Amino acid sequence: MAISVKVMKRPGPEKTSYLRATLSGMALTFRHLVNPATLTQQYPEEQTDLAPRWRGTHRMEVHADGRPKCVACGLCPTVCPANCIRLVGGEDDQGNRYPVVYEIDEFRCIFCGMCQEVCPVEAIHLGQHFENSEYTRDRFVYDLDRLMEQDHPSTLLWDPSDPSSE
Amino acid sequence: MELHPISGIPGYIAMVVKVLAIFVGVLLTVAYATLGERKIAAWIQDRSGPNRVGPWGLFQPIADGLKNLLKEETLPAKSAKVYFLLGPMISLFPAFVIFAVIPIAAPLPTPWGVVDMMVADIPIGILFIMALSSLGVYGLVVGGWAANNKYALLGGMRASAQMVSYEVAMGLSVVAILMLAGNVTLTQVVWQQQQLGMWFALPLSMAFILFMLSAFAETNRLPFDMPECESELVGGFHTEYSGMKYAMYPMAEYAHMTTASALMATLFFGGWDLPGSWDNAFWYDGQLLRSCTSAVGAAATCIPGTEVLAAPALWKTALTFTGFFAKVVFFLVVYVWVRWTLPRFRYDQVMALGWKVLLPTALGYIMLLAVSILVLDGLGLTWGFTYGLVLTAVSGLAAGTFLFFIDRGRTISGAAAGASQRTEIKSILVGSPAGD
Repeated sequence: MAISVKVMKRPGPEKTSYLRATLSGMALTFRHLVNPATLTQQYPEEQTDLAPRWRGTHRMEVHADGRPKCVACGLCPTVCPANCIRLVGGEDDQGNRYPVVYEIDEFRCIFCGMCQEVCPVEAIHLGQHFENSEYTRDRFVYDLDRLMEQDHPSTLLWDPSDPSSE
Repeated sequence: MELHPISGIPGYIAMVVKVLAIFVGVLLTVAYATLGERKIAAWIQDRSGPNRVGPWGLFQPIADGLKNLLKEETLPAKSAKVYFLLGPMISLFPAFVIFAVIPIAAPLPTPWGVVDMMVADIPIGILFIMALSSLGVYGLVVGGWAANNKYALLGGMRASAQMVSYEVAMGLSVVAILMLAGNVTLTQVVWQQQQLGMWFALPLSMAFILFMLSAFAETNRLPFDMPECESELVGGFHTEYSGMKYAMYPMAEYAHMTTASALMATLFFGGWDLPGSWDNAFWYDGQLLRSCTSAVGAAATCIPGTEVLAAPALWKTALTFTGFFAKVVFFLVVYVWVRWTLPRFRYDQVMALGWKVLLPTALGYIMLLAVSILVLDGLGLTWGFTYGLVLTAVSGLAAGTFLFFIDRGRTISGAAAGASQRTEIKSILVGSPAGD
């Protein structure tokens, strides 16, 4: 029994020619050379518009008199899945609770936004900000003063009745 | 103004100025060729390229140079130290020396005499260039061997093998020029092209194709950069180099590119010659040749009283230099353009192209050209425009045939079997039922 061999027809020079492939390639690169579609964003000069629900560096909302809105209820350290919030609450002579220590470790934080969702007084927020480089590691633990100093826009919470934020 | 060559103290001063100007000029061209390459590469890939240092990144070469100077230099413990240090130097210097014999502009008249715009008008110009340009590869081989690294050694070996293969084709393509120009002095080659009324790229188009292919291989540029070949050999011959010693290798590569571009411009595109006869001032051997229709050795026919030469002038020098520089820059851009288009050849493809394609083609072309010149001389056709046109037709035909066979022959094929092997397979299959 003879072996059945399928003889393939070889493609012609229009497919295999190195010369033509080279010339068409040169033409392609030349078109890009004279008319480059430069999409590069010149980053430090040009900033990206962050989405309204972008979750970045935290900020603490303050009252008009400069006190933090936080009432030290302890919900955010409880809900935090990364365990990055340290809160020590106190009480003044009128019985108002306030945070004595409020620290967020931005290295441990996974920016899930659950602290913002759970906060009953809308004090802790995530923000539309990501440029938080530092020279030392300990600078990444933000204390209460530093969280209150942040002035970037707060993150918008997701609204179930308006799922695409329109 | 009496036209006489510059001599004495002004002559020495002019020489020093020329040497410095050409050295600094080549150095600057090399520096900005690196920036140009990065810019063009970026544009081809739809990026922006360097734009942080100075306006449009114009100070990038200075920043790069500073960085490389301040970087730590490594010296492999088991390297041959002297040769390891010597490698980059050997690689760098020939490319600069070659520029000494390339005429860059029309002669410049000064109050002290006429200055020819080249450092050394030596009678063996092209031979000098061929000899020195091959020296550059010693830097690669010595550096690669001295590093005591197997990849570096392989890179150096490849560099030498490639140089040997393509030097042959390059030399043979230059022979075509020598046959037509009848001289190896570069000023004479430029002069011949002015007298012919056309640049040698037309009557010697086939030689230009061969020369250009070989020049790409000689300068180790993609698609022929076998010695570096990051994908196979880490970094090739410069694997173990760092800091300024490393930087000298790319500098040498760009200097060789500049030299090769200047050579292509001089040999095939008229050097500093611009269209028209207004700039045909010919300066040879310290004399301005006037009223001579031809300067080919003994065949020079000088008719007293007839002025066929243009008088040198400052604006002519400036304009012709601009023309020469534009030609060099054009070829540099082509180098970069090709690099960012074509992928690297396989090593056996490089060798096959050199020995099986370029060498026989160059030999055949020289035979064809010699016969054509013999027939034209036999027919009594004088050396001039018609002569050039006939040679243009002959060379065009040769180049067309060459390109046709390159196109059809799958010269640089993939792993597919060659024609002879295909026939063999077919003969085995005789008798078996063929498919559709």
